Amino acid sequence: MSGDGGPPVLDEGTPLFTQIADRLAEDIADGSLAEGDRAPSSNELAAFYRINPATAAKGINVLIDDGLLEKRRGVGMFVSDGARQRLLDARRRQFAERYVRPMVVEADRLGIDADALVALVRESGDRASPNGVRDGYTQEGITL
Amino acid sequence: MSTAISIAGVTRRYRDQVALDDVTIDIPGPSITGLLGRNGAGKSTLLRIIAAQEFVSCGQVEVLGESPVEHDPVLRRMVLVREDQVFPDFRVCHAIRAASWFYPNWDADLCGALLDDFELPQKRMIKKLSRGMRSALGIAIGLAARAEVTLLDEPYAGLDAVARQLFYDRLLAEYAEHPRTFLLSTHLIDEVADLLERVVMIDHGRVVLDADADEVRGGATAVRGPSAAVDQFVAGRPTWDRRKVGSQVSVVVAGAMDDADWARARELHLGLEPLSLQQMVIQAAGRANEARRGADRDGDGDQAMEDKVMKKERTHA
Repeated sequence: MSGDGGPPVLDEGTPLFTQIADRLAEDIADGSLAEGDRAPSSNELAAFYRINPATAAKGINVLIDDGLLEKRRGVGMFVSDGARQRLLDARRRQFAERYVRPMVVEADRLGIDADALVALVRESGDRASPNGVRDGYTQEGITL
Repeated sequence: MSTAISIAGVTRRYRDQVALDDVTIDIPGPSITGLLGRNGAGKSTLLRIIAAQEFVSCGQVEVLGESPVEHDPVLRRMVLVREDQVFPDFRVCHAIRAASWFYPNWDADLCGALLDDFELPQKRMIKKLSRGMRSALGIAIGLAARAEVTLLDEPYAGLDAVARQLFYDRLLAEYAEHPRTFLLSTHLIDEVADLLERVVMIDHGRVVLDADADEVRGGATAVRGPSAAVDQFVAGRPTWDRRKVGSQVSVVVAGAMDDADWARARELHLGLEPLSLQQMVIQAAGRANEARRGADRDGDGDQAMEDKVMKKERTHA
C-alpha cells in the first residue's frame, strides 16, 4: 500500500517503515532518485533519519516488494526501470479517491455547487506552478 | 534473529515487596530493545538479574544460551552500565584500562573517540566528575566493550540534550557496524522511540507490553469529532479512553487505520490521530492499573485479568 500511496498526511503514529517507504517513493516520483540510481542503504537511512536500521530495511523492502527497487548482489539497491511511471500511474488512479472526493464532500457541506467548484478548480489551475508533472496529463486523461 | 536473552518465570522478592512478578520475555538479537516503565517498575532489578549482579527468587535466566550466574565466559560477552554505577576511587583512565582488560572485544579507538565526543578529561578523578560526565564514562565503557549483550540502564542521567543526541547517534552507528543486542531502559520514550525495534514494558514488576515497536506505534488511533459521528465510526471496534468536551468526543480505537477508514473519517469530518509509542505506553500502563485495581476489588481473578490485558496488547500489536 505504502509504496504507491497511503494517507497523504504523515503522522508520528504512522509506522516508521511506511514513512520511509513513502519518502523514497516520493523521491522516485519526482525524479530526484532516477531510474538506475543507487538508493540509500538501510544504514544510511538509519543514520539520516535517526531510526533503527531494521526499520529502514523494512521500508526499503516495501519498495522491493512493489518492484520499485531491485537488489543487486553486493552493490546495493537500485531504482527499477519504469518505477517512476508506475508510481505516477498508481497516483493518478488514486487521485479521485484521495483528493477529489474529500473536496467534493467539503464543497457540498459549504453549499458550493458543481459549476462553482469547477470554476474554482480552473481558477486555481491558472495559478498552479508550471513545474508539475505534465507528461500524459491531459484533459482527456482525467475525467471528473 | 535468535534469542539473546531468555527470561522465564522470573520473580524477585525483597522481604514483603515483589520487585519482579513472574516475568517471561525473550529478547531477540541482534536488536535494540527498549525496556520501558515508570520509576520503581522493576527495570533496574531486571537488568541487574540479567547481568547476574542480583539473584532471582525463582525462575530462569539465560544469556546467549547459558546461565550467566558466576559464569565467566558469558559475563565477558555482556556489559551492564548501571544508572547508579559506582567506580572505585581512581581516575577515568584507570577505569578505562580495567574495562579494556575484561572485555575481549574492547575497542580502544572507539573509547577514545567517545571520550573526545563527551569531552571527558582522562586524568580526572572519577569522584570529581559531574553527574553527566559519570554517565558519559559509563556510556563510553558500555559501547567500547562491544559486548554481544549490552545492557544500558537509564545511561544518560545528567546529560544534556546535545550529549544525549551524541549518544543516540553513536549507538545507531555501532549497531549498524557491529550488530549486537542492546537492551536500553529509559523513560525518555519519545526521544528513543525511533531507535527501538522492540518494546518491553514493565509495570509493578509485571510485563504489560512485549511487541515490535512498529506494531505498537499506530496500533491505536484517537478519533475526534461530534459525538454521533464518532459513535458511528467506532461502532463494532474495541475502544478505550473515551473523553468528552461539549459535543466533541475523543475515543481511542484499537488497531491501525486503512485507506478506507481514512476516507470514511474525512466524510464524517472526524480527526484521526494514530497514537505514538509514548502514548501507547501510557495507555498500556493505564489499562494495567485498571485491571490490577479491578482484581484487588474482586479479591480474585488477578492472574486472569492480567492475562487478559496482555492478550489484548498482543491483539492490538
